Amino acid sequence: MSTALAEKYLRVERLPHIWCRGCGHGIVLGALVRAMDEVGLDLDRTVVVSGIGCASRAAGYLNCDGLHTTHGRALAFATGVKLARPELRVIVIAGDGDLAAIGGNHFIHAARRNLDLTCICFNNQVYGMTSGQHSPTSPRLSLAPTAPYGHLEREFDLCELARAVGAGYVARAAAYNPRAMTRLLVRALDLRGFSFVEVLSQCPTYFGRRNRLGGAVDMLKWQKEHTVDVARAREMDPAELEGKVVTGELHRAEYPEYTAAYAELVSRVKGETGR
Amino acid sequence: MPVKPGARLMQGNEACAEGALAAGLSFFAGYPITPSTEIAEYLAEHLPARGGVYIQMEDEIASMAAVVGASLAGAKAMTATSGPGFSLKQENLGFAAITEAPCVVVNVQRQGPSTGLPTSPSHGDLMQARWGTHGDHPVVVLVPWSVRECFDLTLHAFNVAERLRIPVVILTDEVIAHMREKVVLPEAGSLVVEDRARPDRAAGPALPYDDRQGDVPPMTVFGDGHRAHVTGLIHDRRGYPAGPGPATEALLKRLQGKVDSRPELVIAEEEETADAEVLVVAIGCVARSAARAIRLARAEGIAAGLLRPVTLWPFPGERVRAIAGRVRGIVVPEMNLGQMVLEVERVAGGRAPVHLYPRVDGNLITPEEVLGSIREVARG
Repeated sequence: MSTALAEKYLRVERLPHIWCRGCGHGIVLGALVRAMDEVGLDLDRTVVVSGIGCASRAAGYLNCDGLHTTHGRALAFATGVKLARPELRVIVIAGDGDLAAIGGNHFIHAARRNLDLTCICFNNQVYGMTSGQHSPTSPRLSLAPTAPYGHLEREFDLCELARAVGAGYVARAAAYNPRAMTRLLVRALDLRGFSFVEVLSQCPTYFGRRNRLGGAVDMLKWQKEHTVDVARAREMDPAELEGKVVTGELHRAEYPEYTAAYAELVSRVKGETGR
Repeated sequence: MPVKPGARLMQGNEACAEGALAAGLSFFAGYPITPSTEIAEYLAEHLPARGGVYIQMEDEIASMAAVVGASLAGAKAMTATSGPGFSLKQENLGFAAITEAPCVVVNVQRQGPSTGLPTSPSHGDLMQARWGTHGDHPVVVLVPWSVRECFDLTLHAFNVAERLRIPVVILTDEVIAHMREKVVLPEAGSLVVEDRARPDRAAGPALPYDDRQGDVPPMTVFGDGHRAHVTGLIHDRRGYPAGPGPATEALLKRLQGKVDSRPELVIAEEEETADAEVLVVAIGCVARSAARAIRLARAEGIAAGLLRPVTLWPFPGERVRAIAGRVRGIVVPEMNLGQMVLEVERVAGGRAPVHLYPRVDGNLITPEEVLGSIREVARG
C-alpha cells in the first residue's frame, strides 16, 4: 500500500497492528483500503463495525467512524447504525467464529433482510485471538487445541449460507490474490443491499503450525493451488472440484433493499395518516 | 403530542410507549415476549408515522445491539422485554454502559427464574437490573406504580439517559403493564425533553471520550465527521484500547461517578412518614397495596407510613436511614424471596429491625397481607 493511501485510510498512529507475523488479515485490510479508495467512500460518512476476534481489530485501524462491538453481534449493531442513519455507508468486518458461530443468527437475518451492509468475513479457520481453537469453518479432522484428536464437524460454507438466505451479493476471495479480492470488494461496496465477501486468510501461528501446513508462504501457495475461479469451476465436473475452493463472484440478485423499503413504508403511512 | 390527546383509558405498556414518543423516540428494536409485547406493537403502529424506525430483530440480543448501534448514530433508542429477554440483553447493556450510549430498556417483570410464569407478576429482577451485566457499571433503574407514571418515568428515563450518556432501565411488572387506568397525557409543549450534548462540529473533529470536558463528554455521533472509534474494550479518551493502569481506573470511576455524584437523581415518594412508628418500603404494584395498608393501619390506630423508591437504583438510602432512626420497625413486602430488603437492611444499619414479607406464588401482595406485617411490627 502506498504511504498516501495508508495515511488517508488508516489510523497510522495505531500501527503496528496486533496481528502475528505471516497473518493474512493485513492483506485483507490492504485490499479493503484499495477498494474503499476505488469506490471513493467518504470517510466522514462511513462506519466500520466489527465484533470480537483478530479480524475485528481491523475496525480500529480504519480512519473513519469505527464500532468494535461484542462477540458475534457486529451485524446487529450495524443494523441499528444503518437504520438510524441510512445515508451512512456501513461495512461489517467479522472473523469466522465471530460470524458463523456466536453470530450465526445475526448473519442469517441480516442477509435475509437485505439491509444495505457490506459484510466481510476474514476466514482463517480458527479462533486466533484465543490461540487457535476450532471454528465452524475448520476442516473436518483438522487439529486444534480443542480438537486434539481431530475435529469431527463438517466445515461451514458461509457463501452458500449467505446465498440461500437471500444476500444480494456473495463472493469469495483468497489472501494470495489481493487484486482479485479488491475487485470483488469494490463490487460488494457498490451494491445497494446485503453484500457478503468471504476471504480466505491464513493463520500460520495457530492453524498452520498445529496442522503442519508450513509457514505463511506455504499456506498462500496452498490457497493458490486449491482455489478455482467460478467461471472455470462451472466447466469442471464434481470429481475434479473435490477438495477445491471456488472463488469469485458466486451470486448476485436483485432484492428490495431494507432501508429503501422502510422509507417507502414511512411515506405510505404518513400519506394515509395525513388524509 | 400524544397519539390521542385528552382523557383515555390506557394500559401501562401503552403509557411507556407514549412516554417514549413524547421523549422523541426515533428507534425501537424489539422481540416478542410476554408481558411486554404491547410496547412493541404500539410502537410498530405509531413510530413510522413520526418518521421513526421500528424493527423486530431476530432475537433479544440483537434488539439490544441494534438499540445501541442506533444510539451511537444519533437516535433516541429503546427496547422492551421481560425476564428471559432481560437476561439476554445484559451483554449489550454492559456495552452501552462502557461506550456511554444513551438508551432505555423496559423490563416488564414476570415470575422467574427461566421461563417461570410468563403471565404472572414478580419483582424478581431487582438485583439483576443493578448488577446483571458483568463488571462495575453505572445504571439508573426506575419503578413506576401507575399507568400515568409509566408515561412520566419513560420520558424521564430518556432525559436521564441523554443527560448522562448511560443506559436507563424501567422496571414494571405484569400488573402495572396490563392494568388500565384513566390518564390524561400532558401536552407536548409542557414537557421537558433533554438531548445529549454533541461537540461543536465547526470546531472540527472531537475526541469521543474527552473527559476534559466534564464527566459526561459531548457525544461524537457517527456520521458527524469526528471519525470516532467506539469499543467495548477499556479505552482512553481517543476511544483507543488501553491496558491496565491509572487510565482504566479513571474510566471506571468516571462512569460510576456519573450516577454517584448526582444525588438529585434519587427519587422517592413518602406518605405519612413524619410521625410513623412503622415504615413500609415498597415499589411498583406492591406499593399500591402498601399505600392502602397504611391507611387501614392508621384506621386501627397504628401510625404507619410508606416510602416508595421511584429510583430503585440509586436507592433512596439517606431517606430510609433517616426514618429508620425513629421507627419501631420497617416492613419490606416484596414479590421475591428478599432482594430490596438487603438494601433496606444495609442502609438502616441496625437503627430499626427490618421485616421481609415475601410472596412468590405469582400473585400480587394484598393490602391485608401488608397490614398483617404492620400489625406484627407495631405489637413489637
